[in-house]
Amino acid sequence: MNIPTIFGICASMLIGLGLYGIIIQDQVLRKLLSFNLVGTGVFLLFGVIGRRGAEGGLGGDPVVFGLVITGIVVAFSATALAVALLIRLHEETGDDTLLDEAPGEEEK
Amino acid sequence: MISSISSDGTLLVFSLVLPVIGMLLAMLTGGRHARTVVLLMLVANVAVASGIITGIWESGQAITYHLGGWSPPLGIELRADGLSAAMMAVTALVSLAAGLYAPAGFRFPPSKGSPALESRMSFVFWFLLSATVAAMNLVFLAQDLFSLYVALELVAFAGVPMVALSGSANTLRAALRYLIFALIGSIFYLLGAVLLYGFYGTLDISLLAGLVEPGPSLWLILAFMTVGLAAKTALFPLHIWLPPAHAGAPPAASALLSALVVKASFFLVVRLWFDVVPGLPSPSASQVLGAMGAGAIMFGGVLALLQARLKLLIAYSTIAQLGYLFLAFPLAFGMGAGFETGPALTGGMFQAMAHAFAKASMFMAAGLIAEAIGHDRIADLGGLGRVLPVTCLAFGIAALSLIGVPPTGGFVAKWILLEVAATSGQWWWAVFLIVGGFLAGGYMFRVIVPALARDVVPPTLIAPVSKFREAVVLVLALLALALGLFSDAPAELLTLGRPPSADVIQP
Amino acid sequence: MTGDLIFCAGLVLLILGLAAFVVAARQPFPAVVGFVVFGLLVSIAWMCLAAPDVALTEAAIGGGVTGALLLVASAKLGDPSKRGQKMKLARGFHVLVILLCIAVSAGLIAVVLSLPERAPTLALVALDPLESTGVKNPVTAVLLAYRALDTLLETVVVLLAMVGVWSLAKDSDWAKKPAFGYSPERGGPLGLLASLLIPVGVMFCVYMVWTGSDHPGGKFQGAAILAAMGILGLVAGITSVPAVTNARLRWVLILGPTVFLVAGLMGFASAGYFLAWPPEFSKAVIVLIEVALTPSLALMLGLLVAGPPRHSSQL
Repeated sequence: MNIPTIFGICASMLIGLGLYGIIIQDQVLRKLLSFNLVGTGVFLLFGVIGRRGAEGGLGGDPVVFGLVITGIVVAFSATALAVALLIRLHEETGDDTLLDEAPGEEEK
Repeated sequence: MISSISSDGTLLVFSLVLPVIGMLLAMLTGGRHARTVVLLMLVANVAVASGIITGIWESGQAITYHLGGWSPPLGIELRADGLSAAMMAVTALVSLAAGLYAPAGFRFPPSKGSPALESRMSFVFWFLLSATVAAMNLVFLAQDLFSLYVALELVAFAGVPMVALSGSANTLRAALRYLIFALIGSIFYLLGAVLLYGFYGTLDISLLAGLVEPGPSLWLILAFMTVGLAAKTALFPLHIWLPPAHAGAPPAASALLSALVVKASFFLVVRLWFDVVPGLPSPSASQVLGAMGAGAIMFGGVLALLQARLKLLIAYSTIAQLGYLFLAFPLAFGMGAGFETGPALTGGMFQAMAHAFAKASMFMAAGLIAEAIGHDRIADLGGLGRVLPVTCLAFGIAALSLIGVPPTGGFVAKWILLEVAATSGQWWWAVFLIVGGFLAGGYMFRVIVPALARDVVPPTLIAPVSKFREAVVLVLALLALALGLFSDAPAELLTLGRPPSADVIQP
Repeated sequence: MTGDLIFCAGLVLLILGLAAFVVAARQPFPAVVGFVVFGLLVSIAWMCLAAPDVALTEAAIGGGVTGALLLVASAKLGDPSKRGQKMKLARGFHVLVILLCIAVSAGLIAVVLSLPERAPTLALVALDPLESTGVKNPVTAVLLAYRALDTLLETVVVLLAMVGVWSLAKDSDWAKKPAFGYSPERGGPLGLLASLLIPVGVMFCVYMVWTGSDHPGGKFQGAAILAAMGILGLVAGITSVPAVTNARLRWVLILGPTVFLVAGLMGFASAGYFLAWPPEFSKAVIVLIEVALTPSLALMLGLLVAGPPRHSSQL
């Protein structure tokens, strides 16, 4: 058991845990938190792969670390767009879930 | 590091750079000029796409370009084969049509006498249209699994706001649901890509094709990526987000979403199964994919029959038509007979192209109908053919292609798939192909037959219909027809420049 | 080595514990706070994985700006609506989901344990031409030379997401300013804190961008800090955002992507390829792009948090 492996297991469990949260939670904000857990798990797993590829005096594979930085920024943009949609939906309907339309809310 | 490239590789760069320039200029000049800027860009994009097709056609080979001169695995390669070129041409034509069709409300100034300020639609729609083109071109060109992840996110971030353009509660909910499916889909795609890097140290598709080894790890990776992409393609049973999203968007946006956006993730499933792991998955795995496709054909078809609103009917028909795309997988991966990409893949891609033209035409026609008579209730469309003849003609031609009636593009696609099903001894897929055709006939004639009826009072027009916009809709429908009439050239284009590994037939 | 191992094992347990709390917490607000702490711990994990550049990004964006976004969101949303709590899951479905998620995690762990003994890596491949890029930090070389396309497209992604957020405005609010959901308190203790912190943050951002080409740091981290300062200033009421139709705002937004794109196109002439830098000017071009991208990205990140333009009476 070495350090990358420990974090690899941690990442795998984060992904499962986050997936559970995404499916089971009703509130969209909680779904988004869970989505971010999955995202963090995927990036961490990539980091483990990068760390295992340490060579030539580097702490890890710089290609991997570069891609993770890009990925984190993209994941943030996704969360921000989702949050903005959620808040608009909440303003319109007072609802913070994606359950089916409340009665009487059908499109005119 | 510096490798040889063909001279027209720069065209690949321009197919990415042009729409990005369109976005930046639209941002700078604002709603006042966004339409002009983006329309010019879309015209140039058609020229670039035809240049790429010409290049591939004349050399018979794929065009590649190494960005910054850095070759894979360190750098990123752009590569246009016949599949990319064909889809880029479809994207260029459909996006231009959507731009020309866009209603007056998306222009500047939206109406006479309105204040000389930028309006939301006169900026946002054009910016998103430009972004869609950039994203689709990247999907078709990038050979790097991570760049393709960025491309998938671009596609989603352009598509989601289009769903919610009207701002009603229902479309906001549909957009949010779509976004959540899209995000989960792309993160699981990325998970697979990350693990591939862990095993093989590269994200380049052609390099991976030479390295991958079958085994449980590869199957798990493939499963993650395929399920993620299937969720984004709304493949049954991961389809629930699609109907409200596609039906709720403004018609010009619905056309882009149904014709193009869902094809992006489908295209990556093709890249994954045919190019990254050519011939490796077992026939039974491809049967599962085919079964989901068959489920989509049945489920989408039956629900389309039950809809009361035209736009929802068209959206459910998209689910059914996307199902056909996934029949290409079991048909190509055989049933113990070995892996043969040729005709099955051609059939699948033909379906993708024909559906793009027909569905774009149909959503835009439905938009004109709703504007002209103020509603899209199917029950009240009787006699429509007499008041909107051109729109109804376009709708009818598009419907024939979706049903698969000769000589349309949709017919050619389904015919090729049917032939492969017969020759590879997989008769059960032929059953779904035929039943799917009857279902499509059923839901389409529900609209067309009353519309052509002579003995009913036609609906009253509450607004005039622009002849120009009707012409755009008709041209799209005629493109779906032309794809069938002149099917030889596109069919050959699809086979050009395919990676050599894809032709290997496994024993 | 064992000391490190024990530290990391403890860190992993804390991370997983917090993640479980984020999923299981009854109320949204504690879950969000848990997530912010989770982000900070994950950035420590990135230090353990010898990735200081990623650690900085995770702390600034993954924890910091995302945290700000989610805290603002949970404040705007208030108490969870009743509908969600009423929904009861069928027990069979719940069990199925649990089994699915356990299977996903177990499958992933099996894959992690079966990764090749000798890990494939591009570390040496990336070091080899490092000198020709003029920068000393190989991660910067990846982001702005070898894979510059990804970085260029990523700025387009952020810009697109920001327009996506704007697009949610009501038609009548389009020419208005983006605004947070609550009124700022000018001159309060938050204002005092902000006026002290913001200059420090801006200095730190300049340092990050400058140092990025040779040491850990860079434009994303710098931009995130700048954005965080902007958000702090907004919340404290000492700065304000112009309307989204403002021409100067639009110029700042497209500055970075435009400089990047123009430099890339000049690569055709100067180095033979799109996004290629001639070796003698490589470092200058990379620093120029980073400097141009920082304000654009900072503004985009800040506006992503601020939300769509809205009429101020809606606050």
